[in-house]
Amino acid sequence: MTRFAAVLAAVAALAFPAFGGVLPEDRADVLFHSYDGGGVTIQGPSLLVRKQFADKFSASANYYVDRVTSASIDVVSTASPYTEERTQYSVGLDYLHDSWLLNLGFTSSEENDYTANTFSVGVSQDFFGDLTTLSLGYSVGSDEVRRRGDSAFSAEVERRQYRLGLSQILTRSLMLGLSFETITDEGFLNNPYRSVRFLDDENPRGYSWEAEVYPRTRTSDAAALRLRYYLPYRAALHAEYRAYTDTWDITADTFELGYTHPLEGGWVIEAKVRSYSQTAASFYRDLFPRSRFQNFMARDKELSTFDSTTFRLGASYDVLRAGWRFVERGTINIAYDRISFDYADFRNVIRGGAPGEEPLYSFDADVVQVYLSFWF
Amino acid sequence: MRTFHVRKLRAAGLACIAALPLASGCAVEPWVKPYERDRLADPIMSWDRDPVSTAYMHHVYEAREGARGATGSAGGGCGCN
Repeated sequence: MTRFAAVLAAVAALAFPAFGGVLPEDRADVLFHSYDGGGVTIQGPSLLVRKQFADKFSASANYYVDRVTSASIDVVSTASPYTEERTQYSVGLDYLHDSWLLNLGFTSSEENDYTANTFSVGVSQDFFGDLTTLSLGYSVGSDEVRRRGDSAFSAEVERRQYRLGLSQILTRSLMLGLSFETITDEGFLNNPYRSVRFLDDENPRGYSWEAEVYPRTRTSDAAALRLRYYLPYRAALHAEYRAYTDTWDITADTFELGYTHPLEGGWVIEAKVRSYSQTAASFYRDLFPRSRFQNFMARDKELSTFDSTTFRLGASYDVLRAGWRFVERGTINIAYDRISFDYADFRNVIRGGAPGEEPLYSFDADVVQVYLSFWF
Repeated sequence: MRTFHVRKLRAAGLACIAALPLASGCAVEPWVKPYERDRLADPIMSWDRDPVSTAYMHHVYEAREGARGATGSAGGGCGCN
């Protein structure tokens, strides 16, 4: 599932965000993740270790695995269920100089049909008595796309990301965050296994499949506004809005509202709701009128018009409040997210019906994370 | 329309941020003093309390949604040190 590699290579740079004026804390996290929805299960570990040294440096390393078993609607419609594994390694180094923090990172992701390597660099600085933190980041990625069962096929993708962030203390209880990010991709951007369908009178079911074709470039802009507020009692509210647009004509809005509440005895509970909606790419159609109807054609449901809604519940328990040997504290954490996807122009062809009149597709996904965190 | 809004927002953000290094040379009196930042220093106010978990959820969403980017923390601490 090539999309995972492409996405995570980009996301990995965010695992090591730059903070101005202070090095990140020394900590270790051991996480097990599980995703189950739409005929797809993905599970695996993620290990993250971060340690300061020589007063001015902090090094980090992350090991991440996705074990995928897929019988998604795309796979069932046009191919056979499959299993695969993706492994990713990331390393990062932060250097603190006065109120400047420099960051370098490298991520490598490997699966049997996709390789992705990403370098990232970032800088951040505090201003105005440390009330304001500005951060800038740049990543460059190079991917190789392959196709199982076709050793002659090989294609490349070049990616560039430009990030800009601002964190602002507004009052004793309120913080504001602004993020902007532009991403450019160039190369083979479609999934080599995915197909589009078109009306075909010669086929008894009324339609046939052919390979999808994407443009070779894509540029996206995203802007996000975040607020975090400390309530009159010890609890925090956070709110977020993100606007998104790209050269494929996808526009999207994301809203998020969350609440974090510590309890007696070392517990912290968290609840969150997230709402996402997007419009389709200009070259997306569930059913094309004929074969090779236009230059670019996609039937990837991630490029269709749809909404998703997430409800989250999380809990954290401080198991080592008094510390143990070199460990200052430790927590055990669990988070459960229920995500519902509702598609407006992607039809469930498995259910059957006249072409273009099948029921619309929807599914729910359960996402569970269990992890241990230690600070030392 | 949305393209226009996002680009306008980005341009405004870039202009503000480009002006920051210049403005930082001026004597700006912090309106929230370091000793008034106890609430902001509370871990529940962290932009990203558990980076390994946050990165995973970003991955989950970006694999299934068309939008991408601007998901990281704003890159700031509470300025408490």
